[in-house]
Amino acid sequence: MNWDIKDIKDWDWRKHPRGGLIRDAGNAKKFKTGGWRSARPLWDEEKCVQCLICHIFCPDCSIKTKDEKMTGIDYDFCKGCGICAYECPHDAITMIDEAEARKKEEAEEGRA
Amino acid sequence: MAVNFKDINKTVALVGTDAVAEAMRQIDPDVVAAYPITPQTAIVETFAQMVADGKVNTNYVPVESEHSAMSAAIGASSAGARVMTATASQGLALMWELLYIASGLRLPIVMPNVNRALSAPINIHCDHGDSMGARDTGWIQLFSENAQEAYDNTLQAMRIAEHKDILLPVMVLLDGFIISHAIDRLDLVDDDVAKKFVGQYKPEDYMLNASQPLCVGAFDGLYGYFFEFKRQQEEAMRNSVKVIQDVGKEYGAVSGRPYDLFESVGLEDAEYVLIALGSAAGTVRSEVECLREQGLPIGMIKLRVFRPFPAKELAAALAGKKAVAVMDRSDTFAGGMGGPVFIELRSALYEEEKRPLLVNYVYGLGGRDLPVQLVNQAATELGEIAKSGQVKQMVNYLGLKE
Amino acid sequence: MGTSLKELSKKPEILTGGHRMCAGCGAPIAVRQVLMGAPDGVQLVVANPTGCLEVSTTIYPYTSWNSSYIHCAFENAASTLSGAEAAYQSLKKQGKIKDDYRFVAFGGDGGTYDIGFQALSGALERGHRMVYVCYNNEAYMNTGIQRSGATGLGTWTTTSPHGTESFGKTQNRKDMTAIAAAHNIPYVAQASISHWRDLVKKAQKAFAADGPAFINVLAPCHRGWRYPMEQTVELAKLAVQTCIWPLYEVDNGKWNLTTKVSKKKPVEDYLKIQGRYAHLFKGEKHGEVLKRIQENTDKEWEKLLQICGAE
Ligand code: SF4
Ligand code: SF4
Repeated sequence: MNWDIKDIKDWDWRKHPRGGLIRDAGNAKKFKTGGWRSARPLWDEEKCVQCLICHIFCPDCSIKTKDEKMTGIDYDFCKGCGICAYECPHDAITMIDEAEARKKEEAEEGRA
Repeated sequence: MAVNFKDINKTVALVGTDAVAEAMRQIDPDVVAAYPITPQTAIVETFAQMVADGKVNTNYVPVESEHSAMSAAIGASSAGARVMTATASQGLALMWELLYIASGLRLPIVMPNVNRALSAPINIHCDHGDSMGARDTGWIQLFSENAQEAYDNTLQAMRIAEHKDILLPVMVLLDGFIISHAIDRLDLVDDDVAKKFVGQYKPEDYMLNASQPLCVGAFDGLYGYFFEFKRQQEEAMRNSVKVIQDVGKEYGAVSGRPYDLFESVGLEDAEYVLIALGSAAGTVRSEVECLREQGLPIGMIKLRVFRPFPAKELAAALAGKKAVAVMDRSDTFAGGMGGPVFIELRSALYEEEKRPLLVNYVYGLGGRDLPVQLVNQAATELGEIAKSGQVKQMVNYLGLKE
Repeated sequence: MGTSLKELSKKPEILTGGHRMCAGCGAPIAVRQVLMGAPDGVQLVVANPTGCLEVSTTIYPYTSWNSSYIHCAFENAASTLSGAEAAYQSLKKQGKIKDDYRFVAFGGDGGTYDIGFQALSGALERGHRMVYVCYNNEAYMNTGIQRSGATGLGTWTTTSPHGTESFGKTQNRKDMTAIAAAHNIPYVAQASISHWRDLVKKAQKAFAADGPAFINVLAPCHRGWRYPMEQTVELAKLAVQTCIWPLYEVDNGKWNLTTKVSKKKPVEDYLKIQGRYAHLFKGEKHGEVLKRIQENTDKEWEKLLQICGAE
């Protein structure tokens, strides 16, 4: 089910599901933890050999894959722990400062 | 169409624990998780034999403690099963935190508790200290006077618990040894009638529903909605008053034994009233009837439902009475406030313009006998209070060596 | 069921992103790898005792679990899940439900070694078909790094602090994996998040077992162990390479060493990068404890080799 919890803070006590049940399995996907990052992993597709080591070790399910291939990093959830960068056997992931990365992004967005 | 209850009921002689086990057999819960403890043990022994003999479909989980009994009951109930367990005394105390979790998660678990004193010193006999201690855990509590009521209450408890407006766990209380181990004559309803009365359990939310996986027991976070959930729970408890009455009536229609929140003797003309619950109600009733025959304006109330506490209904029933004595088979150690039933009743009468005088008799702790002479003593004192308009001592210990 | 990373990358994630475990935490890595070992086409019921994983994955109104889930209390994940499993067996037998389910609990070492020990032992003895996974970070981390039965000798925690009169925890950890094995259940294993293939295979066997299975997974916690967070997997690897955390299984009573360690590294290699052992490296007084840790490790390793019939 797709549970609408937009205004949950204002709900009358009667509106909450009985006993705090959650009927919307996996709805934490709507809760983005990417904002926690102070460092950002950058993936270099050129260097990547598609070994998928990063995927098996990411604590936040943030290595995106498709058809048995790594396709990028999910910045919605990645908390910037650096495990992927540390474990990548081919130095295909590097950590950069998140604040600077954001600044750069914003500047680019401004230009666009 | 007139019902011939003789055809529906079968008269048997059973000890209280077997009477409860019979109700459990008729309910045929999907899961029973239980641990033995005196004086409850015979319930799970009898039931385990029923499982062994294929008389029920129940998956019986012989856990390693009462803590795990209630934990497994919570897991099974959340999964979507109809679940029962049974306990007593220390076992109930060991379940403590889980009693709150069962009610907080709104799980319709039914649990007979055979009332027994709590340690220390260790004592295996009847008093109500165990379940009275659990009075604020969010469970509905039904007291039984004898094996018949323990049986009837167990069948009704399932209906009450599973009612969609309630979904709360229910404790069925029966006095240790006095009811649990004494052979009593009682009527069992026919299996078909019992099964039809209890009905099929169709949970709304359950973990084993592949089309809608369920998260049970989420963390309420740091600034969550705990308050709202507790208010919902209280609402369910309030709603349960009517449901308990309706189910009691319906049970009366199929068994010939209707039930209400409490029952009474002689309230229409009594000037003073004794209130008791559990097996003592039988002794009190016989004494009250005897005194009424002698022309005394005495009456009695046997409280069946302690949670929810029928405050309004009791206040109405006691309107205009001169004096009321509450018999409590446990103490609260509140430093002179009296037993739990007394405290609740006193509070329930506070709003009344003309309140009766109130006196409390704590009796029977650790299984101390309640002979009819003691009831007579309380009744006599109550009569004097009604006449004099004065309560000399609010809390009294009946049968204490002093 | 394969265990290549390519195949595993296609498994649906049962634990979703959006959970609120610390960055770099070992526990969700353990969970992900274990669940990659769950068979396809079955439904899951997951249980947690109270702990980091529980409070971070089910903050109402959000759940990170793409499956059914239950949290009851701290000491009873095993008994709670055993009830759910009993319900399943009953309802299935009565034809009231059709789907196939598996049951898996993830408990921290506090909820497993200590407060949840009795409930776990009872559930293992009763033979429920469920997988119990201990994500072991060797202390009570949810309440802020207190010692547990899984905490090793000499370890600093907030309730086994070092000082002039103390070198940290004065006792050895208990051998929970061997204790689980002593229940003679179908499958028991000790694993580490660093050795992912080993762990996934063990999870596959655990889910396939016709009865209870227990897996004790080392899942480092950088907050409690005091090392840089990107080295969580590295720490888990070093624990295996120093033989402080050997990898083995007890498959229907047969003990197998699943990861051979030919060149055993000294335990100091593992201990010195962790702040919780920093006091052991400052001067003579506590330094002698390092020797004891090495001796214990050697002794336990030799014992294990013997039981497994390995060299
Ligand atoms: S670990 Fe490195 S090389 Fe391997 S898939 Fe990830 S980014 Fe590519
Ligand atoms: S930095 Fe950490 S959270 Fe982000 S993708 Fe890498 S391993 Fe995952």
